[in-house]
Amino acid sequence: MTLAATAALLATGPTTGAAAQTHGFLSPTGVEIAFLLVGLVTFGAALVTVTTRQLVHAALWLVVTLGGLAVEYLLLTAEFIAWVQVLIYVGSVVVLLLFGLMLTRAPIGRSPDADSGNRWAALAVAVAAAAALVWVVVDAFRTTWIDLDGPAAGSTEATGASLFQNWVLPFEALSVLLLAALVGAIVLSRKAKAESSSPPVNAPGVTKSSRTVTQGSGSSEQEGAR
Amino acid sequence: MTTTTLAALVPLLPFLGAAAGLLVGRTAPGFARPLAVLPTLTSLVLAALVAVRQGGGAAVDSATELTPTGSVPIELALHIDGFAALVAVLVGLVASCVQIYSTGYLRSDPRYPSYAALVSLFTSAMFLVVYSGDLIVLLVGWEVMGICSYFLVGHYWETPEARAASLKAFLVTKLGDVPFLIGLFALATDAGSFRITRILGTVASGGLDHPTLIALLLLAGVAGKSAQFPLHTWLPDAMAGPTPVSALIHAATMVAAGVYFIARLLPVFEASQAAMVVLAVMAAVTMTGSALAALAQDDIKRVLAYSTIGQLGYMTGALAVGDRGAAVFHLLSHGAFKALLFLAAGVIIHAAGTNSLAAMSRMRNLRDRIPDAYWTLTVALLALAAIPPFSGFFSKEAVLGVAEHVVTGHTEHAPAAAGWLVLVAGLLTAVLTAAYAMRLWLLAFRGRGTEAPDHGRQPLTMTVVLWVLAVPSLALGGFAFRLLPDWFDGRDLGPTLTTSVLGTGMALVGGIVTYAAWRHTTALAARVPLGAVAAHPEGDAAQVEAEAIATHEPAYGDIAYAPDPADPGRLLLGPLHRHAAAGFHLDAVYTALFVRPVQAGASLVRFLDREVVETYVRGAGALPRWLGAAVRRAQTGNVQTYVSALLAGTVVLAVAAVLVATGA
Amino acid sequence: MHLAYPAVLSALLFCTGLYGVLARRNAILVLMSVELMLNAVNLNLVAFDVWLSKAARETLHSGQALTLFTIAIAAAEIGIGLAIVLAVHRNRGTSDIDKLRDTSERHDPDDPDHDARPAEQSDEAQKAEATA
Repeated sequence: MTLAATAALLATGPTTGAAAQTHGFLSPTGVEIAFLLVGLVTFGAALVTVTTRQLVHAALWLVVTLGGLAVEYLLLTAEFIAWVQVLIYVGSVVVLLLFGLMLTRAPIGRSPDADSGNRWAALAVAVAAAAALVWVVVDAFRTTWIDLDGPAAGSTEATGASLFQNWVLPFEALSVLLLAALVGAIVLSRKAKAESSSPPVNAPGVTKSSRTVTQGSGSSEQEGAR
Repeated sequence: MTTTTLAALVPLLPFLGAAAGLLVGRTAPGFARPLAVLPTLTSLVLAALVAVRQGGGAAVDSATELTPTGSVPIELALHIDGFAALVAVLVGLVASCVQIYSTGYLRSDPRYPSYAALVSLFTSAMFLVVYSGDLIVLLVGWEVMGICSYFLVGHYWETPEARAASLKAFLVTKLGDVPFLIGLFALATDAGSFRITRILGTVASGGLDHPTLIALLLLAGVAGKSAQFPLHTWLPDAMAGPTPVSALIHAATMVAAGVYFIARLLPVFEASQAAMVVLAVMAAVTMTGSALAALAQDDIKRVLAYSTIGQLGYMTGALAVGDRGAAVFHLLSHGAFKALLFLAAGVIIHAAGTNSLAAMSRMRNLRDRIPDAYWTLTVALLALAAIPPFSGFFSKEAVLGVAEHVVTGHTEHAPAAAGWLVLVAGLLTAVLTAAYAMRLWLLAFRGRGTEAPDHGRQPLTMTVVLWVLAVPSLALGGFAFRLLPDWFDGRDLGPTLTTSVLGTGMALVGGIVTYAAWRHTTALAARVPLGAVAAHPEGDAAQVEAEAIATHEPAYGDIAYAPDPADPGRLLLGPLHRHAAAGFHLDAVYTALFVRPVQAGASLVRFLDREVVETYVRGAGALPRWLGAAVRRAQTGNVQTYVSALLAGTVVLAVAAVLVATGA
Repeated sequence: MHLAYPAVLSALLFCTGLYGVLARRNAILVLMSVELMLNAVNLNLVAFDVWLSKAARETLHSGQALTLFTIAIAAAEIGIGLAIVLAVHRNRGTSDIDKLRDTSERHDPDDPDHDARPAEQSDEAQKAEATA
């Protein structure tokens, strides 16, 4: 029953205009309509990301997905998170992934074997998980309403106050973790350097550049995270 | 020192010598010889001292109970009567001679230290058996002798014959020892004690409840140890051991232990008429059968082994007619001349380079090479054949005289049937004994053909011992039959006219017939070349003997038999010869009766284990194996399939949990 | 706004990422899918935090703080992950996940990654040289 309701919601949500009850699904507010539209775009981009046969396109569609999510954060009045999302994900992570694709000599254009033989099992698991999750979530939060009026819940001031009043210790611990990640990336690169004196597959020049890029991006991304 | 202390030292000294020899034998081989010879010699002196002190008077009895051992007490007891004292002297004499002889015989054997230590241990155990006044202590010595015999027979363990022989000796004697042990327990239960004196007291007062059962059970152990029919088959094969061991263990002492045991407990056996008849039948069959077999053997040591069985048959015959004096008299004289026979045979084997009589009969001048062995062997063979005035004559006449005594109506100790059996079989055996003694002498020393191989001079230690033993073989009987009754039960042991004439006549007949047969066949010897000779001029006697034993079967086709047409035994025995050579196929019968069924049972058990039990085991393993194979197929190494399976399971569990939580 | 909208979108994105993790062959595409899953969780966290910060009086903004942490950790993860993928690619000459089957029960003679074997062997040879 809930699944059918969800499907109906997804199909008819954007086009419904009239409001029959206080917070009915059939009378969405403007924010809800915007959220649904952006959500559809985001979900579609995500689907393309995981299904496209062109690897570079997958990364680009990922940008769309992450950007769509940033807009969703804005709609939920979490502006700081939204900008962090844009900066870190769209700005650095996707660039990193693109570098990774290039350095592993990912084929440009359509590659017929982008999906492994595990595809149908994966589809079954994913659909089953989606059905279960959506059913449970909709069943549980059918009537819950987020009041978006008033001061923004995720303004930079509110987030900063929370972060540096209540979350100082985890925040500092996180810096240690990032330092560990930095050291780890360097160690992996140095190990690769010792082994790549005469690499069997890659040319030495490529290996060297890949190392420097990995190192540099690792540190830059950590700076971004801070 | 008291007589008891001296007597306790007699078994102790060789035991300490054996322990010390085993301990230092590897690190300090130079001590091995003194450690072997000196304790045994000292024990001989002490045993002689004990015998002089005891002097045939009242038995020396001494006992101490170390610790309570339950219902029937076990005591460290000595019981030294005239029998024990004299047998101990014989044991000491033969053991000393053998130890001295061994220093020459195995002079370059790398395993000499352990060999000498085992001989010392054996000597100690035999002293223990002789002196012990407690049956369990006696049993300890009895079993230690058995295990020493096993090790010493297998001394040349490189040869398959020695390995098989040691196992056979051990198993067959143990086959007798099991009923023996049960018999001892039954006896002790009836008498309430393991002490020999108390048991004899109980028997004298008629307190024995199951005399026949006990006597027959004990008889089985005696038959195993003393190589009496039907458990005698191990003794001829035991000749695969070194010759000194054959002389000590398998001729003079250990095999006599059974006879000595019956002599000690004779009243127990006399309490049962049936046991006495069984003993007489056993003795008669053993005597005649072994003498026939001895006449057909090719291996000189196997001739002597069968001869030993036959002479032990005389002793059991004497016991069957109820006279232990005659039995122990024959035991003493036989111990001396049979040890001499074996030691001389060892010299002959060394000199001739072969143990085959057929090969020796094709050798010239063997007697000139080894004059000492020639003369002493002649003396010993005359003693064996019971020609007066050698010692064997008097002791054998004592046995025959007692049998005749019973036959003529003095049946207070034994049934007349036993007397007849022993007398007839004894006279028949006298003929055969003389015949095989003559055959051995003729074939060994009157050979014609090529020159005997030169193995150099025999070591002095070996030849001197021969003369030492020749003295009692020559003279013991003549003096002893007058003195011994004082030490024994007091019955007259002197030869009677009838049996003397009969016995000597029989022996002469046997000798003369054999000589005639030999004259008839000896011409054939030159025409049929035969024989294999092991020539090791540098090696010691033991090496030559081991090689001779190992090559007998490949060279002649059988361990006991040689296809020699020049053998007088072949002419005398006629069609019986082949069967006699094989010991009347008793081994084959045992193989068919016992060994094959046991092996068949073993293979049946193996079949059951392999095919039936194993099937269940394999069946139990099949399901896990199939499961394992299935699981193994899942191990593709692809991480994505693993994660897929993991997440699928997670989803299923989550849905199940939600369903349960919502009560759906 | 109904909380169901972001929650459902989050669930769908998560399952899309799940599909990608399970179905994609290239390790970098798998990393992208992991990013999708992380973002789905972030969306959930933000939506619930916004709801709770309005519905309840005292709140620590834990959802948004955790989102920030998650973003930082995801960035570190993607850096390390890419370094590993590059190291694997350098050693094996491939970044396809289903060709990295060293833990399989038995190597078939026609195993698809047997062309990577010489590289592996020469790599081991280099290690031997390095230790020597």
